[in-house]
Amino acid sequence: MRGGAAQVPGAPVLEARAVTKSFGEVEVLRGIDLAVREHEAVALIGASGSGKSTLLRCIDLLEDIDDGDILLDGEVITDPGVDTVGVRRRLGLVFQSYNLFPHLTALQNVVIGQVWGRGISRAQAEQEGRALLSRFGLGGRENDHPDQLSGGQQQRIAIARAFAAKPRAMLLDEVTSALDPELVGEVLAAVRDLKETGVTMLLATHEMSFARDVADTVGFLHEGRLVEHGPAEQVLSEPREPETQRFLRRLLDAHRA
Amino acid sequence: MDRRAERALARRRKARRGQAIAVVSTVVVLGGLAALVLTSPGWSEVRETFFDWEKFKEIFPEILVGFWLDIRVFLIVEVAVLLIGLVVALLRILRAPALFPLKLLATVYTDVFRGIPTILLVYLIGFGVPALELSGLPSEPVVLGGIALALSYGAYVAEVYRAGIQSVHRSQRDAALAVGLTEAGALRHVILPQAVRRVGPPLLNDFIALQKDVALIAIIGVAGEAFRIAQIDASLDFNYTPMIAAAMLYLVITLPLARLLDHWERERGKRYS
Repeated sequence: MRGGAAQVPGAPVLEARAVTKSFGEVEVLRGIDLAVREHEAVALIGASGSGKSTLLRCIDLLEDIDDGDILLDGEVITDPGVDTVGVRRRLGLVFQSYNLFPHLTALQNVVIGQVWGRGISRAQAEQEGRALLSRFGLGGRENDHPDQLSGGQQQRIAIARAFAAKPRAMLLDEVTSALDPELVGEVLAAVRDLKETGVTMLLATHEMSFARDVADTVGFLHEGRLVEHGPAEQVLSEPREPETQRFLRRLLDAHRA
Repeated sequence: MDRRAERALARRRKARRGQAIAVVSTVVVLGGLAALVLTSPGWSEVRETFFDWEKFKEIFPEILVGFWLDIRVFLIVEVAVLLIGLVVALLRILRAPALFPLKLLATVYTDVFRGIPTILLVYLIGFGVPALELSGLPSEPVVLGGIALALSYGAYVAEVYRAGIQSVHRSQRDAALAVGLTEAGALRHVILPQAVRRVGPPLLNDFIALQKDVALIAIIGVAGEAFRIAQIDASLDFNYTPMIAAAMLYLVITLPLARLLDHWERERGKRYS
């Protein structure tokens, strides 16, 4: 059972339909169609600049899309007039460079959205926050500030922060790319932990072994298009599209060199 | 003796030599300056008119009372400055279309009031507002002087705040929105707290400047202000010792503040290096 998935994927939680996005002259997304079903983990792979991060930021409504629709639980969230704050409260985004709040402690980072965004009592939010931190191996670090912690610890706090509200889906943007190699494992373990409890997730990653390990399906993004999307094992071991084959071969060569 | 102890000894010697050189050079430079002043042709006259101990003892209590007014004006104006600065800075960074006229006003305000010498503002407001003869407007020189100072420093402090807010990286706003805060919540709980921490030292710098500039209200005839008392007394007998007394009182406040600022910046340097 790959990724230890406890639940069978169900209805789509996230859907992108013909999503396009340009920054000035540069077309970053050129018509993306993608669905992430309940309890499913979808990994996005592809070269830097292929649009992985942009897609995640568009889904969390941090960027406006140009055309197409993005749906959360069957409801279009990219129309004007949609309550963007309400949508973001149903999603959890983890950034490549952690983006923790440096003036707050680990625990305050985890509860800030709960307390000020969702109006949950501080006592309850902190109780849940402590449990979450210790779940990710950070018990005893509650009162440390981010600059007192390693990159791996900071990223696990960022994961706890994004997960604090039990979002409908977690969006993980290259969560290990900024880390020293020896710290990657602890962060991947936290993501695997989420996957094992059936959390729906869409993750951009450079780590093919991790994609194979945790993802149910893998999508290959190339120049703003989803070139191939299928079962993880198939896409990573027997890619059908020539671009995917070329990308994976280059990665393999770089590994050997 | 092992190498470790040898190196430690060499380091200590080097440190001692450095200290000795510093002491000698200080004595030479300060001694030279003192000799220059003390042997100058006019020194005996300067000593009589500026450093008259009897005069000092006589006038000091009066100036001390005046200085208490300076401190009260400083504290009240400082609170006003912090509020004006924050409101103006927020108006300048917010993007709500409804706020546009206020935003424009805030921009004009900072440009104009930073561009006019504080001493001129004190004059213009101190003498100009009463000349309007509108009822309801304050006419007390001390109030008008305080308003002029608050408007002048408010413009500076607004720019300090604004620079602090803009120095907080955009990714902090993204992260704040991502955890479910509104734009206003992101500003209040994530961006402003970081901005205020960063602008502490430049704000303290402006406090020190304001503390001194309270003396400017003397020029519109604020009775009982320390510099004003010194001015009046000096004009009676051409003895400027009261000025020295007033200067010393300002230093009593500004020197500790300056040292505090240095200390603060060193600590920050350590933390973020």
